[in-house]
Amino acid sequence: MWDAKADSRHVFEETPEYRRFKYIKKRLEDILMSEFFEVPSPFCGIGTDDLTIKVDGLKISVIENGCAVNTPAFEQPITDTKARVNGKEVELKEAVIHAASLLKNTNYPVIGGCATDVNGMRGLLALADRTGAVVDNMNFNNARKNILALQDVGWMNTTLAEVKNRCDVLLIVGADLEGFAPRFFEKYLWNDAMFLENTSDREIIYLGTKPSGNASTSPSGKIAQVFECATENLPEVVTVLRALVKGQPIQAESVAGISIADLQAIAEKLKNAKYGVVTWAAGALNYSHAELTVQTISEMVKDLNQTTRCSGFPLGGKEGDQTANQVCGWTTGYAARVSFAKGYPEYDPFLFETNALLDNGEADALVWVNAFNAKANPPKTSLPTIVVARSGMTFEKEPDVFIPVGTPAIDHAGHAFRLDNVVAIRLKKLRDSGLPSTADVLNAIEKVLREESIC
Amino acid sequence: MLIRLTGGKVYDPASGVDGKQHDIYIQNGKIIDKPIGDFQVDKEYDLKGKIVMSGAIDMHTHIGGGKGNIARTLLPEDHRNDPVASTHICRSGCGHAAPSTFITGYRYAEMGYTTGFEPALLPINARQAHMEMGDIPILDKGGYVMLGSDDFSLRLLTAKKDQKAINDYVAWTMNAAKAIGVKVVNPGGINAFKFNQRKLDLDEQNSHYGVTPRNILRVLATAVKEIGVSHPLHVHGCNLGVPGNMQTTLDTIQGIGGLPMHLTHIQFHSYGTEGDFKFSSGAAQIAEAINKNKNITIDVGQILFGQTVTASGDNMRQHANHKFASPQKWVTMDIECDAGCGVVPFKYKDQNFVNALQWAIGLETFLLVDDPWRIFLTTDHPNGAPFTSYPHLIRLLMDRTFRNDVLSTIHPEAQKMTTLASIEREYTLQEIAIMTRAGAAKLIGLQNRGGLSAGNWADITVYTDDVDRQKMFEKPDYVFKDGELVVVDGKVIHTKWGTTHVVKPAFDKSIEKDLKAYFDKYLTMKVDNFKISDDEITEDGRGSVTVHDLKAVA
Repeated sequence: MWDAKADSRHVFEETPEYRRFKYIKKRLEDILMSEFFEVPSPFCGIGTDDLTIKVDGLKISVIENGCAVNTPAFEQPITDTKARVNGKEVELKEAVIHAASLLKNTNYPVIGGCATDVNGMRGLLALADRTGAVVDNMNFNNARKNILALQDVGWMNTTLAEVKNRCDVLLIVGADLEGFAPRFFEKYLWNDAMFLENTSDREIIYLGTKPSGNASTSPSGKIAQVFECATENLPEVVTVLRALVKGQPIQAESVAGISIADLQAIAEKLKNAKYGVVTWAAGALNYSHAELTVQTISEMVKDLNQTTRCSGFPLGGKEGDQTANQVCGWTTGYAARVSFAKGYPEYDPFLFETNALLDNGEADALVWVNAFNAKANPPKTSLPTIVVARSGMTFEKEPDVFIPVGTPAIDHAGHAFRLDNVVAIRLKKLRDSGLPSTADVLNAIEKVLREESIC
Repeated sequence: MLIRLTGGKVYDPASGVDGKQHDIYIQNGKIIDKPIGDFQVDKEYDLKGKIVMSGAIDMHTHIGGGKGNIARTLLPEDHRNDPVASTHICRSGCGHAAPSTFITGYRYAEMGYTTGFEPALLPINARQAHMEMGDIPILDKGGYVMLGSDDFSLRLLTAKKDQKAINDYVAWTMNAAKAIGVKVVNPGGINAFKFNQRKLDLDEQNSHYGVTPRNILRVLATAVKEIGVSHPLHVHGCNLGVPGNMQTTLDTIQGIGGLPMHLTHIQFHSYGTEGDFKFSSGAAQIAEAINKNKNITIDVGQILFGQTVTASGDNMRQHANHKFASPQKWVTMDIECDAGCGVVPFKYKDQNFVNALQWAIGLETFLLVDDPWRIFLTTDHPNGAPFTSYPHLIRLLMDRTFRNDVLSTIHPEAQKMTTLASIEREYTLQEIAIMTRAGAAKLIGLQNRGGLSAGNWADITVYTDDVDRQKMFEKPDYVFKDGELVVVDGKVIHTKWGTTHVVKPAFDKSIEKDLKAYFDKYLTMKVDNFKISDDEITEDGRGSVTVHDLKAVA
């Protein structure tokens, strides 16, 4: 029977137009296959999700909306694809069994790093529960400054979209915001906002650290105010600012080189703001007991809310820090510095620090997990060491077991938390590297130990 | 495998069985009719003298989402009093007011509960809520997505968009957040707080949008009905905790104009202003209104004495109450032009007049509302008390002598301000089964759950009859989840993973065009990255999604 459709196609294929059409279609398909749009990043903490990324085989190129943080993080090449035991390449299964055998008879292993996605943390915590390990996120000493303040007095905080649409006065305490997140101003301040006529009129005030560039200058040319002081003097400066907000008399004329009149002016701006935001980066508060500064800021924000609205906004949460604290939080009740040695989770923000446990001889094995950053090496130790990390990590001393894993957001799908704690982003898979995920590896090690404990 | 539960006394309100002895057959996870002809029973449980009910359903319990995790992080001292060690079956964790996810699952199951619903799924935080609930073993779960203080809703209302636009947005959000219901918390009030408004009455306008809570309730309740969602709009009303808010609640019931509406933790919204302390019980008036208005359902949000933590989307009211924090620390957050949250630890004391009267008001409400199909047993975990206090609460409802004994120990002025001592009602087992099983399944629209007739999933709890109802409900003999035995003598002996219950109402795709433009311009995430896909719940091999039917829409 005559098939009109088939016949017409046959005739059509002969034409140069159709060959041209087929060529363009193929090109478009190639581009669609290898280019990813609206890619979310777990690296920068602010949950950027507008990256365009090109994938050519295993090579990743950020071709739109990259920045000094995200582009190199995405583009780190894969070098190792094979697991190693004592420096010798082995099959994954063998590496898993060897890792399990190293952990089997330990009394107090430490799982450090803890830089991975939600499923990776789930696997990590299951393994810790099984082995009675300590779980310790590598940046917990920074997070601790916030968590101690939270656990002592609490706070009133906000999230990125509220900053973007409401913030009329932004006070940045001791942080270089554009160094932290190069696109912060572009994406969240110099933009359209629902509740501000002209976002260029926002007041930006730096207290302590001066900015490293001019991203904080508004599109209309309004320049940020900068009141510099040494970072370690911030406790005094912030305390005086809080006193001024509360209307307490201050006898001195200046503090740490900043005049009281300037601080008074900042206090007035915060009091007159409709929606002030005070931000800080715990990691940049490099002095002991910086939690007291965070606490003073948080209490000042609460004071301001007696009459107007103001919110705190802690910066942090890069490369899985927030993810570690969140998943550990719902699994154990505590943020990510927890010991399972007694069979149940115990929290101590000081005692269970990886380096302390390695240095004082309490720990008897180290598991280092970092799926995000091949340069974040494990601490030096002579203890049996298992490294589950991003492909490309190089070592001064080869660990007993090294298992290269895929990176969440590149090699496998997953979830990560943004700095503002509330928002989890859905990470995409961009390429087929064949590398296992952190969860695959840690669940496999846990499974070997579980099966042995049942036998 | 064919399982037979033999000779138990069955309370199954879903099929009208009230304490009748009969056998139950289970095959492939479901309850089946007695097989015809010859058959071989592979496993038999002799339940003579035992009480059989379906697995209990907690229709309002804060078990997943950001505010719960803030509460956990805030309260290490609370966890230290209740550490839970791992066993060869169970994971470790912590219990009490803000329990860890694994312990939440075990302890619910150990009380005979097999399902729980998180009532405050913030759209932007829904992903976290589902991930947390994904780490709760044994239980089925689901959530009600929170709308009404999000700027997109309020912009639709200010722009006087028609009901269809609201319906499309509500349906779209339910799909995006994987929800089974819709909740509104302090309608528009969370948003008003961001504009520095400190209270918002039912007819008070949001200073920016000019929209009132009454408007918001009407359009959302209509939307929920028109898109065919079984569970009526789930309402945490205005003025939570404010003396005199009874009138707001009565006005809210009147204002909804006969539309289906569920008023949650109504105890916190039933206060008068009489007496020396200008704080009195409004339970009688509220109960009368509930009895009269058949479109209204409620859950109580009973408070029980002791330490807990309150975690709510209502940051306006939580901020107002922060001075009562115990211990004295608290958190509020404004969230993503979407919602907010407030976490305030609380210690309810029987010798505190207000707390003692709150306790009595909750119980009065339970006892004065006639229809157990329209009232649900909750403590608004953990806000009124941790869920582990349910067996105690059941005893208070079923045992008048016990209730009056406790009443005689609370603050004497509170005793004078309550009619509790004179109320004779004692709940029956069947009424408890309605409130905690059949009624909840019916209200939420769960198909094949909450009943014991053939076709239902075999979520079954077996108790030993005991006049001490607390003892009885604390420690079931057996709990089956989807036909698998998970609890024996009140202890978990086996774990599995439950499903996530959702509905997927249809919407006009063109709404996505407006949403994309709005997300691109004002929010911090791309709209396609915002939507939660089914595989986010199922890809770890543990979770599953169960889609329930919608009501036929006229």
